[in-house]
Amino acid sequence: MGASQSAGTEHEFQDLADRTGFSLEQIGNINKRFRQLSNNEETLSREDLASIPALDNNPIRAQIINAFFDKRNLHQNETGTVQEIGFEEFLMVMTHFRPAAMGITEEERENLRRDKLRFLFNMHDTDSDGTINLEEYRRVVEELLSKAGTIGQETAKAIADAAMLEVASTTRGKMEPDEFYEGITFENFLQILNTFDIETRMHVRFLHMDTATLRCGKSK
Amino acid sequence: MACRTCLWLLGTTFFTCTVRLVVEGTEVGATQGSQPEPGVVGSNHSQAGGGHGSSISGIQIVTFKWHHVEAPYLIALWILVAGVSKMVVELNHSLTSVIPESALLILIGWILGGIIYGADKMQTFTLTPTVFFFYLLPQVILDAGYFMPNKLFFSNMGAILVYAVIGTCWNAATVGLGLWGCWLGGAMGDIDIGLLQFLLFGSLIAAVDPVAVIAVFEEVHVNEVLFIMVFGESLLNDGVTVVLFNVFDAFVSLGGAEIDAVEIIKGIISFFVVAFGGSLVGIIFALLISLLTRCTKNIQIIEPGFIFILGYLSYLTAEMLSLSAILSIVFCGICCQKYINANMDERSVTTVRYVMKVFANGSETIIFVFLGISAIDPAVWVWNTGFILLTLLFIFVFRFIGVFLLTWILNKYRLVPLEFIDQVVMSYGGLRGAVAYGLVAMLDENKFKEKNLMVSTTLIVVYFTVMLQGITMKPLVTWLKVKRAAVTELTLAEKIQNRTFDHMLVAIEDISGQIGHNYMRDKWHNFEERWLCWFLMKPSARKSRDYIFNIFHQLNLKDAMSYVKEGERRGSLAFVRNETKADVDFNKKFRASFSEIMPDIMADNMGPDHVPLSSILQDIVPSVCLVMHEQDLTMRESEDFNAHHLLQQHLYRGRKQHRHRYSRSHLETNRDENEVQEIFQRTMRSRLESFKSAKMGVAPAKKIQTKHQKKDKPQKMPNGNSSDKSKNHPYGDKDLEFSEGDCGSGDEAAGDLFPMRAYRVEAGIVNPAFMAEMDPMDNMQQIPHVALLPQTLNSFDT
Repeated sequence: MGASQSAGTEHEFQDLADRTGFSLEQIGNINKRFRQLSNNEETLSREDLASIPALDNNPIRAQIINAFFDKRNLHQNETGTVQEIGFEEFLMVMTHFRPAAMGITEEERENLRRDKLRFLFNMHDTDSDGTINLEEYRRVVEELLSKAGTIGQETAKAIADAAMLEVASTTRGKMEPDEFYEGITFENFLQILNTFDIETRMHVRFLHMDTATLRCGKSK
Repeated sequence: MACRTCLWLLGTTFFTCTVRLVVEGTEVGATQGSQPEPGVVGSNHSQAGGGHGSSISGIQIVTFKWHHVEAPYLIALWILVAGVSKMVVELNHSLTSVIPESALLILIGWILGGIIYGADKMQTFTLTPTVFFFYLLPQVILDAGYFMPNKLFFSNMGAILVYAVIGTCWNAATVGLGLWGCWLGGAMGDIDIGLLQFLLFGSLIAAVDPVAVIAVFEEVHVNEVLFIMVFGESLLNDGVTVVLFNVFDAFVSLGGAEIDAVEIIKGIISFFVVAFGGSLVGIIFALLISLLTRCTKNIQIIEPGFIFILGYLSYLTAEMLSLSAILSIVFCGICCQKYINANMDERSVTTVRYVMKVFANGSETIIFVFLGISAIDPAVWVWNTGFILLTLLFIFVFRFIGVFLLTWILNKYRLVPLEFIDQVVMSYGGLRGAVAYGLVAMLDENKFKEKNLMVSTTLIVVYFTVMLQGITMKPLVTWLKVKRAAVTELTLAEKIQNRTFDHMLVAIEDISGQIGHNYMRDKWHNFEERWLCWFLMKPSARKSRDYIFNIFHQLNLKDAMSYVKEGERRGSLAFVRNETKADVDFNKKFRASFSEIMPDIMADNMGPDHVPLSSILQDIVPSVCLVMHEQDLTMRESEDFNAHHLLQQHLYRGRKQHRHRYSRSHLETNRDENEVQEIFQRTMRSRLESFKSAKMGVAPAKKIQTKHQKKDKPQKMPNGNSSDKSKNHPYGDKDLEFSEGDCGSGDEAAGDLFPMRAYRVEAGIVNPAFMAEMDPMDNMQQIPHVALLPQTLNSFDT
């Protein structure tokens, strides 16, 4: 990276660092990665993300990519999706995966939890109506399942239905036969996933030091 | 059945002993008898059995020619005994999962040693350094090198080297000095030993042993980074050990007075020479092997032999030049794997793999059995409580300290820091083994008055680490992990979420490039593709790879256009292809034109069937279904039960769960292939469908299927999404994490693009590179690159 580049964005980075809680170095590294993915353009589009080869082997790649373009994850109170995101939005999404810092208060931890779970919820709730209904859930399960043995859609349906039933019975108690369960709300979602210590599990370590430069002594 | 084999085992041992007794007995008789008659005609100067005495009166119909066959017979017999011991050990799987196999083999060694000692009143069979270093160790290390997961190894090379070099030096120094200090303090009583000898002892006891590490870690499923750390360290520390051993040996010979700065500097220089020299020798031999396999097309039947011979020669050559032999053979294996797998015939590759495993496994078994036997020898036993206990204490404590210290430093520079648990396992997994014993047995008794003490201590250290630490390793790992995550009964939803998590984390890691690009790595790959592959790979292997790469674009362009034309002709893109017909044509056509390039991959379609059931069971994520039985089933209806079961069976596994482990005994074919392929196909299909529905405004065809293909990055080689089932190494050439291309085995490349496998040939090729640019919004500008099989063939011929 040229000196000019880093100097100009230094200030922005600092600003971002304050807002997101990443360190300057981490932001620098994420920026580098952003530039790499977007081929040095200002914005990242779906195809750029989709072109990462390693992602191909991920069954839920589509949802993950969508998650990046989902406005709800960008800490804005809007719904819908965008087509391209800038570095700031990219970073915003990444903040969901920051590890929980040491020594934060209980309340902060709870907030962190909600934040992360919200991300997860948004990934499932594709029509942004605030509940995960059967269709959406079915789709999720279908994605997660392999089609080995040509079981396919029926399996996914069966499993999704069973899962929904479970959730309904745990959150709503015994339901009347003709009662309609419209879907998993965010609160229910929180409830089911109570046992997950999501703040420790849902994180990705971000670099502190620029290992690329460190290793080979040259910068790209 | 257990009884029978035990009896058989005891029987063979008894047989050995009695044979020798008989031999000696009749020998005595024979010599007495034959001396007065030197001019014996036509008889063997061995004794005559059957009580004929030694005077030859006529033709012997049957003679007992023991000495004639003594040496090979005993060798073969011992190999048999070792094999049978292993069989006995493996009879009970629940036992081997608690106590590692190596420990049980040592136990059997003790028993056998006891029997032999009882019969002979001396230990006639011990593990001598010569036999160990020349005949037993090389194949183990060659196996380690050949099956080494290169990507993992080299990406962690820095850390591994730090542990191997600095860690071993630290261990040697601290143990040596610690013992010396305690000796000065009088804790060991009166022994004839000095600082240098302590340092020497420290250096040979400090080294982590590869044989022991594999043997123990096989049962314990640790994550791959951790495994490669310990394993890599155990292999590379030989460079240090050899140097330290030789240096201190020389120092001891020189005597303390002669040591000055020059000698010390020479010692340090010799480290670099030995280490790099050894590696260089290995690399040279790897080049030789690769070159050789380039030309062995006409002698495919003995191709595998070359690998072993040249590997062994690399070991011996390094030994001859007083360089590090282990490093040499390791690097030989590491560097040649890719090229020989590309150059050699499929069957040769399979042969090499299996034979390598047989040798390695056999050697390991023999080593452990003999380690046990060698102990039952009162002649070498000297007990010095202080020495022994202090040694045990020091190696244990200093290992922990060393590992934690080094990790703390390393974590500042690593992409993915090593966690606390990993460090604990790494420290605890620093097992000493036969190499230490071999080295100590090589000591000269005259220079080292306390050699027997050292031998005894080494044996005890080996037993302690292999047996005690081996047995407790698994519980320790489980215990540490369990402390972190509570085991609760999971609901379906939770399970689904769990899995979503894993996938998500993996995806984010990929997106954020956590393990990703490295300038040096890219450079190396470019170099390798341009020069090395050209030099070392068979032209046909290279050609098929290049060829494929070159026509890739053309094919796709042509196919795309023909597809659209076809679609326009038929009125919509929603037409179904007859895949079975295409299947036949495809195979026939390709066989005709590619018979010389494409090896017969059909033959190795049997991958999954060969995987032993136990490893399949081991690898399955702990089945909740079993737990389900004990649960309250009234709460769940039978459908739920099925749902759980189905879910369990069919959930894609997150990448972190793909435990591609190195194993001494299991040649794992990559069973995740199906999954990867499926995911790929599904993604391609959905892309295709979304594209088509957007472009043509029609409902997506129901039965368009996609063919698995390599993804193409415009500048780079086809990604190593290998679907070559039977040739996948456990850690595979699967560049899941790394996006660089691979001039990987031409067979793999060939196999992917032109699948000869009946089960995978389907209609339609989707070029993912072009699909990637597709977006429902702007696909109007893109041409769909979907190939029609028959058209493919036609365009191909042009």
